Amino acid sequence: MTDASDALSAESQTGTSQLRGFRALEIDLRLFGMVVALAAILIGFGVATGGRFLTPVNMLNLTVQSISVAIIATGMTLIIVSRNIDLSVGSIVGVVGMAQVLLMTQTIPGIIGYDHPATWIIALLAGLVIGGLIGAFQGSIIAYVGVPSFIVTLGGLLAWRGVTFGITQGVTIAPVDPIFRLLGGGPRGSIGGTASWVVGIVVCLAVVVLLAYNRRQRRRFGFPLRPVWAEVLLGVVGSAFVLGLVYVANSYLWPEGLVRQWAQETGLPVPEGGIQSGIPWPVIVLLGVTLVMTFIATRRRFGRYVFAIGGNPEAAELGGINTRWTIMKTFIIIGILCGLSAAIASARIDGATLDLGAGYELYVIAACVIGGTSFAGGIGTIPGAVLGALVMSALSYGLSFIGLVGPIQDVVAGIVLVTAVGFDTVNRRRTG
Amino acid sequence: MTVAERVPLVEMRNINVAFGGVHAVQDASIDLFEGEVMGIVGGNGAGKTTLMRALSGAHKADSGDILIGGESRTISSPRDAKAFNIETIYQTLALADNIDAPANMFLGRELTTGWGTLDESTMEDQTRKVMGRINPNFTNFTTPVKSLSGGQRQAIAIARAIHFDARILIMDEPTAALGPAETAQVREQIRRLKDEGVGIFLISHDIHDVFEMSDRISVMYHGKIVDTVNKAEVTPDEVLGMIILGKKPEEVTQKELAQLELRA
Repeated sequence: MTDASDALSAESQTGTSQLRGFRALEIDLRLFGMVVALAAILIGFGVATGGRFLTPVNMLNLTVQSISVAIIATGMTLIIVSRNIDLSVGSIVGVVGMAQVLLMTQTIPGIIGYDHPATWIIALLAGLVIGGLIGAFQGSIIAYVGVPSFIVTLGGLLAWRGVTFGITQGVTIAPVDPIFRLLGGGPRGSIGGTASWVVGIVVCLAVVVLLAYNRRQRRRFGFPLRPVWAEVLLGVVGSAFVLGLVYVANSYLWPEGLVRQWAQETGLPVPEGGIQSGIPWPVIVLLGVTLVMTFIATRRRFGRYVFAIGGNPEAAELGGINTRWTIMKTFIIIGILCGLSAAIASARIDGATLDLGAGYELYVIAACVIGGTSFAGGIGTIPGAVLGALVMSALSYGLSFIGLVGPIQDVVAGIVLVTAVGFDTVNRRRTG
Repeated sequence: MTVAERVPLVEMRNINVAFGGVHAVQDASIDLFEGEVMGIVGGNGAGKTTLMRALSGAHKADSGDILIGGESRTISSPRDAKAFNIETIYQTLALADNIDAPANMFLGRELTTGWGTLDESTMEDQTRKVMGRINPNFTNFTTPVKSLSGGQRQAIAIARAIHFDARILIMDEPTAALGPAETAQVREQIRRLKDEGVGIFLISHDIHDVFEMSDRISVMYHGKIVDTVNKAEVTPDEVLGMIILGKKPEEVTQKELAQLELRA
């Protein structure tokens, strides 16, 4: 803001100072806009259903529904940012999911016996490794042979689904290991009321520490600082938001039948006031994935290279960056994330079907794009992609809640996708 | 001490580069001494940029030797070149438009903290210091460089080259996209680097630019070096003749000279 704008009329001055106040927060306007859009969708459905939609159980369900897509979307962001694409994610989820459940039901019990407590972790890790290897295989063809990623992963989309069929001749396998099943969420797959508050408070502390650390770093070098009120406001609003989400999760109590069943199994008395469900395990997993992926994308050299390649591949090469290895790594990462996503998806349905993960590629790509990732490369954020997945999940869940199912949902999803990108394109053109 | 007794900073001998069947550079030899500016001139497609790309590691030469400080070296990637303190300011500037000035300045050579994370603060701090020397008006350290002016982008490319202690600097058309004030700034920068003992290869279309800045001038024509001359011993017209005809002044016939004058 210059002196000239301060000298404007009183009316517009209020306008400028409000804007200036907003700018002082230095928050990502795009992300903020997405949070607003998500809130608008939820409130919209709330109004349309006379408030019946806005219950803790609905909020938990629509969140858990988005997680398999959101996890892969964090990796797809890096792929699209570096000007590639991965169409094979849904089929990788299919093949890894099938492999994991097969390991749990047949292979692992044969080696260490049934109901061994390590079964779930072996199956999970095996899934991550298989996913990573598939990613490495496809990534090496893309990065070192130079076949376009669209083609390689289109091949993968077809081939891995075929492999999934080949493993079991299309038969559904079930059930998953009881501990593994916690990854699918639901009342039993949640961490409970007390643990949820602990998680909430830890996140709040992390927010405050991060704000303080950044401020100290900037002061040490004498860079411009945010005003103190802006820092405090960010800390307070951020913490209130996190604790509010925990409150919502804890407001959902286990259904009575489940509580009785639980009391019978454990021999404990039925607790008064019910059992608080709290944050579902898959949400904790997504939180972890988002943090790690954001860290990798913004704080590590690798992430910097991914963005540089997306902005100008030649400049990255001339800067001495090993662009091939960087591209290959993005595909290894998305493969591992597909393994994790497969675990959550199969845990949710308690088994593996032939079509596990089918169509994910389109939802994942849509989540990234709605979240602000540009197909031109070089632009995109991981929290944006996660929010994009949530927006789509909120829409489809809301539509089925008001009784619009199937084809109409697809029409709405398509319209939202094009509208979001259209809005973004116009906005970018305007701001340069 | 005469020129012949000193060891050149860099010497490229009999370099050949071909793209498919096209010989972009043929049997070209060139050298550069400490504190010297070597102008490289020639028409479009004469091979100036390709010859220099072989030195900066952007494109490996098919054959020929590169000697640095008198020792034979292999340069097969930009990383190799940088290890020998060869820095390049490309005509395209080679900036990633979507990231900010510090990120571009340290592209491929990011500073990290003990935790292995990017040390953004130190990188920004060093960028601010270098830019303060090159272009004190530069204040945009946190926006993507896409939004900056041509002169500011050029300043980042120059800052990147000099920050890492370049001993050999390749400048490909450094003033082609600049206004008069910014061009003067770049010339001033070249003089300063020259005084510090940096050897500079200066590729330019602009014969006046080259005459103003260079000590020696190498003329390229269809991938070959026509001649390398001391600036003091030639006139701009003679150099222009070499650029257009691809022959040394003494080889040019009266008829060709007449044609040249007609064209001019």
